[in-house]
Amino acid sequence: MDRDTLKAIIEAILFVSGKPVNLDRLKDVIGEDKESIKSALQQMIDEYRKDTRGIEIVEVAGGYQMRTKTNLSEYVKNYLQVKPSKLSRPAMETLAIIAYKQPITKSEIEYIRGVDSSGILRALLERKLIRIVGKKDVPGRPLLYGTTKEFLELFGLSDIRDLPTLKDLNEISGGQENFFEQGEDVFIEPDGRGKNNL
Amino acid sequence: MNFAPKIKLEIFEGPLDLLLHLIKKNEIDIRDIPVAIITKQYMEYLELMRFLNLEIAGEFLVMASTLLYLKSLMLIPREGDESDEEVEDPRKELVERLLEYKKCKELAEKLEQRSLKNRDVFVRESFDLNIKNESLVDISLFDLIDAFKRVIERSRVSEIFEYVDDDIKIKDVMLSIVEKLKNGGRQFDDLFDVNCTKQYIIATFIAILELAKNSLIRISQFEPFGSIYLYLLVDPEICKNAINEMEDEIG
Repeated sequence: MDRDTLKAIIEAILFVSGKPVNLDRLKDVIGEDKESIKSALQQMIDEYRKDTRGIEIVEVAGGYQMRTKTNLSEYVKNYLQVKPSKLSRPAMETLAIIAYKQPITKSEIEYIRGVDSSGILRALLERKLIRIVGKKDVPGRPLLYGTTKEFLELFGLSDIRDLPTLKDLNEISGGQENFFEQGEDVFIEPDGRGKNNL
Repeated sequence: MNFAPKIKLEIFEGPLDLLLHLIKKNEIDIRDIPVAIITKQYMEYLELMRFLNLEIAGEFLVMASTLLYLKSLMLIPREGDESDEEVEDPRKELVERLLEYKKCKELAEKLEQRSLKNRDVFVRESFDLNIKNESLVDISLFDLIDAFKRVIERSRVSEIFEYVDDDIKIKDVMLSIVEKLKNGGRQFDDLFDVNCTKQYIIATFIAILELAKNSLIRISQFEPFGSIYLYLLVDPEICKNAINEMEDEIG
C-alpha cells in the first residue's frame, strides 16, 4: 500500500471515530504493520498543523484523535450553541490530587483538602473522570480511587505519565518559593510508582 | 432578622483555602505565620460567615481550635531555647499541610490551563453536548466576602438608627439586580446604595449568590483583589421569568 492511500484510510477512520483510536486497532483494520502506520500518522500530524487546517490529530489516551484547534474554540462554540463544559474549582483540585497521588483513598484526599469530599467524588465518578481501582490494605479496607481514560481525554493527555510535573510548574512560577524541595516522590512520578504510594 | 435563609454554597471551600487566602492577602511568609494575627482574621471571617447565615462546616471549627491551640503554644516561652536541643516549631504540621495543599491547587491550575475537551477543543461526539455548567463563580467565596465586608463598612452610619423593614423579599431583590444588569455588567459595589440598610445589603448579597447558583449571572474578577463584576448570562426577560418561577421559600 502506498503512503498516500494509507494516510487517506487513517484519516477516514479517525474522522468517523470521534474517540481516540489506538495503533493496534488501526493495524487490525488496515492490515499494515504498526511501523508504517505510525510514521504515516506522524506525517499527518505535521500536515494538520498548518494554519489552513481547523482540525489537528492529537495523541490522547493511548490513541489518536481528531480535535478542533484551540484557537478556533469561539467559533465552534458559537456553532454548537453549547455552554462550555467546566469543572468547579473544588472538583479540579480533587481531580488533581487523585491524578498525582493515585491510588488514593477518600480520607487521604480529605486530609489534603481539609474538607469533606464525598459529593465531589460522587460527581467525578458520575462523569467517569475517576474510578475505583481497588481497596487499600488497611483496617476498614477503604476504596482507592484513580483516573480514567476519560480523564486523559478531557485534558488531552496521551498517558498519565504526561501529567505536567512539578519541575515545569516550578519553572513557570519562577521557583521563587521552593515548595517542592521537600516534595515527596509521589508528585514527581505521577504514574503511581512513587515510593510514597502504597 | 427572620428573612435570612440558610445558604449552602455549592462552591464549597475549606479552612485551608481560607488560611491561604489570608496569607496571600497579608503577604506573609507561609513558613513563618504570625499565628495571633492570622487567628484573629480567621475568626473574623467565621463571624462574618455566621452573620451571613452561611453554613459553617465543622472543618472550619476544627481549624479554629487548632489555631487557638497554636496561638497558646506560641505564647509559652520555650524552655531549652539556649540549649542544643532543637525545639520543634508547633506550627510545623500546619505549615506542611498548607504547603501540600497549595501545591495541589497549583497543579489543579496547571491542569486547568490545558486545552480542555468541550471547552477549548471539540471532537465529533461533542454534538449532543448538554453539559450542565457546574460553577459560574470565577472568584473565591472569600473574595466575595471581602467585597461584602467593604460594603458593610461603608454603610456603618445606618447602624445608629435603623428602620427595620421586615418585608424584603429576596426574589424582589433578585429582580432589581437583573434590572440593574440588563444593560451590561456592573461592579459588585454598584449594586448597593450607600444609604441602604444592613438588611438590604444582606438581602442583596444572598440574592447574588442565589442568582449565581441558578446559573443566571456570572461573578468575575480580572485581577487578584480587584473589583468584582457581575454579568447576566441569559436574556433579562428569561431571567425574570426564571426568578418568578422560583419557589417562595427563599422569599
